[in-house]
Amino acid sequence: MHKLSIAEQRQCLQRGDFSALELTQHYLARLETGGALNAFITTTPELAISQAKRVDAARINPGRAPDTTPLGGIPIAHKDIFCTEGIRTSAGSRMLDNFIAPYNATVVDKLNDAGAITLGKTNMDEFAMGSSNENSYYGAVKNPWDPARVPGGSSGGSAAAVAARLCAASTGTDTGGSIRQPAAFCGITGIKPTYGRVSRWGMIAYASSLDQGGPLARSAEDAALMLSVMAGYDPRDSTSIDTAVPDYRGALNNSIKGLKIGLCSQYMENIDIATERSLFEAVKVFESLGAIISDVELSNTRHAIPAYYVIAPAECSANLSRYDGVRFGYRCEAPADLKDLYKRSRTEAFGKEVKQRILVGSFALSAGYYDAYYRKAQQVRRLIKQGFIAAFQQVDVLLTPTTPGPAFKLGEKTNDPIAMYLQDVYTIASNLAGIPALSFPSNPHGGLPTGLQLMGNYLDEATLLNVAHQFQQQTSWHKLSPAWEAP
Amino acid sequence: MTEQAESGWETVIGLEIHVQLNTRSKIFSGASTQFGAEPNSQACAIDLGMPGVLPVVNAAVFPKAVAFGLGVGAEIGMTSVFDRKNYFYPDLPKGYQITQMDYPIVRGGKVDVLLPSGITKTVRLTRAHLEEDAGKSLHEEFQGATGIDLNRAGTPLLEIVSEPEMSSAVEAVAYARTIHQLVTYLDVSDGDMSQGSFRCDANVSVRRIGTPDLGTRTETKNVNSFRFLERAIDFEVARQIQILEGGGRIIQETRLYDPDKDETRPMRSKETATDYRYFPEPDLLPVVINEKFVADVRATMPELPAARRQRFESQFKLSNDDATFLSSSLPLAKYFEQAGQTAEDFRLAANWVRVELLGMLNKQGLDIGESLISATQLGELLRRIKDGTISGKIGKSIFDALWAGDATSVDEYIESHGLRQVSDSDTLTPIIEKIINDNTQQAEQYRSGKTKLLGFFVGQVMKETGGKANPQQVNDLVKTALDQAPP
Repeated sequence: MHKLSIAEQRQCLQRGDFSALELTQHYLARLETGGALNAFITTTPELAISQAKRVDAARINPGRAPDTTPLGGIPIAHKDIFCTEGIRTSAGSRMLDNFIAPYNATVVDKLNDAGAITLGKTNMDEFAMGSSNENSYYGAVKNPWDPARVPGGSSGGSAAAVAARLCAASTGTDTGGSIRQPAAFCGITGIKPTYGRVSRWGMIAYASSLDQGGPLARSAEDAALMLSVMAGYDPRDSTSIDTAVPDYRGALNNSIKGLKIGLCSQYMENIDIATERSLFEAVKVFESLGAIISDVELSNTRHAIPAYYVIAPAECSANLSRYDGVRFGYRCEAPADLKDLYKRSRTEAFGKEVKQRILVGSFALSAGYYDAYYRKAQQVRRLIKQGFIAAFQQVDVLLTPTTPGPAFKLGEKTNDPIAMYLQDVYTIASNLAGIPALSFPSNPHGGLPTGLQLMGNYLDEATLLNVAHQFQQQTSWHKLSPAWEAP
Repeated sequence: MTEQAESGWETVIGLEIHVQLNTRSKIFSGASTQFGAEPNSQACAIDLGMPGVLPVVNAAVFPKAVAFGLGVGAEIGMTSVFDRKNYFYPDLPKGYQITQMDYPIVRGGKVDVLLPSGITKTVRLTRAHLEEDAGKSLHEEFQGATGIDLNRAGTPLLEIVSEPEMSSAVEAVAYARTIHQLVTYLDVSDGDMSQGSFRCDANVSVRRIGTPDLGTRTETKNVNSFRFLERAIDFEVARQIQILEGGGRIIQETRLYDPDKDETRPMRSKETATDYRYFPEPDLLPVVINEKFVADVRATMPELPAARRQRFESQFKLSNDDATFLSSSLPLAKYFEQAGQTAEDFRLAANWVRVELLGMLNKQGLDIGESLISATQLGELLRRIKDGTISGKIGKSIFDALWAGDATSVDEYIESHGLRQVSDSDTLTPIIEKIINDNTQQAEQYRSGKTKLLGFFVGQVMKETGGKANPQQVNDLVKTALDQAPP
């Protein structure tokens, strides 16, 4: 059952080949054997079973209208950054180890309403800060393709869980590549939508102007099904975009004949050979489908990482101030006074990377440094945005690698923050600009997946999903399952 | 001022006034702003700064802020931007306050302040910006601990900042009163100082007369009555002068006024100036308003106090004192105008409103809005006095009847109680003759020069007619009758 795509599972459920409860129980059993990957922080079997029973009741009861919910009975998992009512929402941090959210994130509500089954909450880098999922209070997640390697981050648990078929799809968030990089490392498809396309209500903030939720799934088609549900205007998020959500699934089979795909030399620097080869193989596939390939210049790309590592820490330094031990979350033992309460609660409960970014951000915003760092970074951000706007006057989508290379070994880059930050060299610019970007699996190398990235114009998720789906109709890389998955 | 001039010192005062906007819900959440609820019963997840929550601006704050801006002739910020002001304090749930820094909604402006001396002084404003209030720390009720009440957190405030242009406590209070009058007139705030709806921070410094540079200032915070404001400033001025004359120096610090001891004392030192690390609030978009919005606000604005005072003087020929008093609050001004219009005599209305009505209201401890006599009722009463239907004395008894609820329609009451004034000489002459005949001794004395006795006769006639006789006419008739030779 877990080998089926979401569309296939839906078909089987509707035909009655198996019930939502059977499907859910099947996945719950897999979760137990998949524990070694450490992909989940919390599993919610009771909730999943009760949700599955509700879906079955609606389906079987002959008096009821046929189940038209788009995801009725499909077992998924949520990144532990999305608030789930009555369930611990930790953001991968000791700070929120005891935090039971009193409300659902909009994304969770929407998926619940669509009939999706919640299997649990997936592991992640603490407060979404990291590119390897090694920064979790709950321990590192292992890549199902090679347990000695990282799954990427920060949505590492979400990616590993989908790759290992522990859930049909999952939710993730992407601030600088946190959906796409783990999707690439784990051989799955993930999309970071346009900033404002998916509501941030109930999604614990890392860097508010960059954070965007999106799905991780096995294929572009599954991602389209998920995104159709997740996207949409939310009056509770002032940065949410108030335009109708198009029919992503309906657009998947559009022909891409004549579609203009841009390649960009700035996105090929530092690329490893295998990834480069897979990129040019993909170009051939797209050419065979009638797409027109051309070169595009994005000259400010190299400034994206420095700009990001000013803006994101600056915003995070404020976003994480609320974790002070006063109202919720971790509180140190027997504080001597108010200052001690703040100091020790935050020192004891935040991990190293989080502290580092809070410090960097506080510094960048300090009087006397603001202009040199924060203001400058915002100027760079505008230039990057303008670069993309110009590029999308020439081409419909940009095709780049998602990461410079495949998944690296656990511990390999933990002492080298710059090397770690360079993991996001190709993904960060789209967050700064707010444009949508998708990662899909390409020809793997040495038993490790590689991923390619498609970037598109504002609100043009449909084209990205369409292009990736057309590629997946010609290739089967997205169908490979990891060694872990051996029968 | 003279005292200071003699001492060789001059005082420089600037005020920051926090005005609570009288919206029903908070500035960034839907929670109620009602005063006096159980602690923390009116704080929702947004006010508590829970993980994942987002602010959404309450649109009701903009017309109020714009009305104030127009009221002080300021430039309206057509694009205003919310910023985060970062600092840690237990009653600040998010660890930052959402406020407006670089692009406030009100820029500049000025108010004409009528000083007790009769001189009008113009005080310029620096700005006024929208922001959220913090909660309250309760130190008293909890032995050795501090309680936090977050009901007030997120209450909308307009912070009105003046230029440092006032030179005495008296001027500062007159300025604060002018602002208070304006914000209540414009329905921007209920202005209730006892509930903290209008709080003044006084920046005070002194310098030797003739010194070009400003002295070091202190900021006395959260003074919530005009009387305390005057005393706090006077205390602070005297304290600073004493220190400087003793060869000491002023420490830049925040101070608190203690009304019980009538002194200010240090709250926290600003010597190590706090760096608030302001930056634009990424969870909110810049607020853009257009000319039409401003025009609509302008169209609904009432006549402002200063203009109204001048009109009362020129149009209704009121004394400066009456005009100032009756324009001091919008409900009072409206009441007066309505009563005057109905009575067709504004000076009569001015007199009755000030003496009879306010006398009664003060006695009962009521507001003008709680008057048991409507402005129209009072006007009808006064019209009947003016046209001679009733005497002023009868008018007062009807006033009491109206207040007590024994009368509703003035005219009906006059008829049903036979209170119509007697000014018919055919009716009055026999009565007068009878009284003169009954008091021949007094009549003799009058005629021999004791003309003061006229009052005695008039009084007797009034008594005889039950007060209904027209006193002026009685006066004339009695005089004529007495002046005639005795029969």
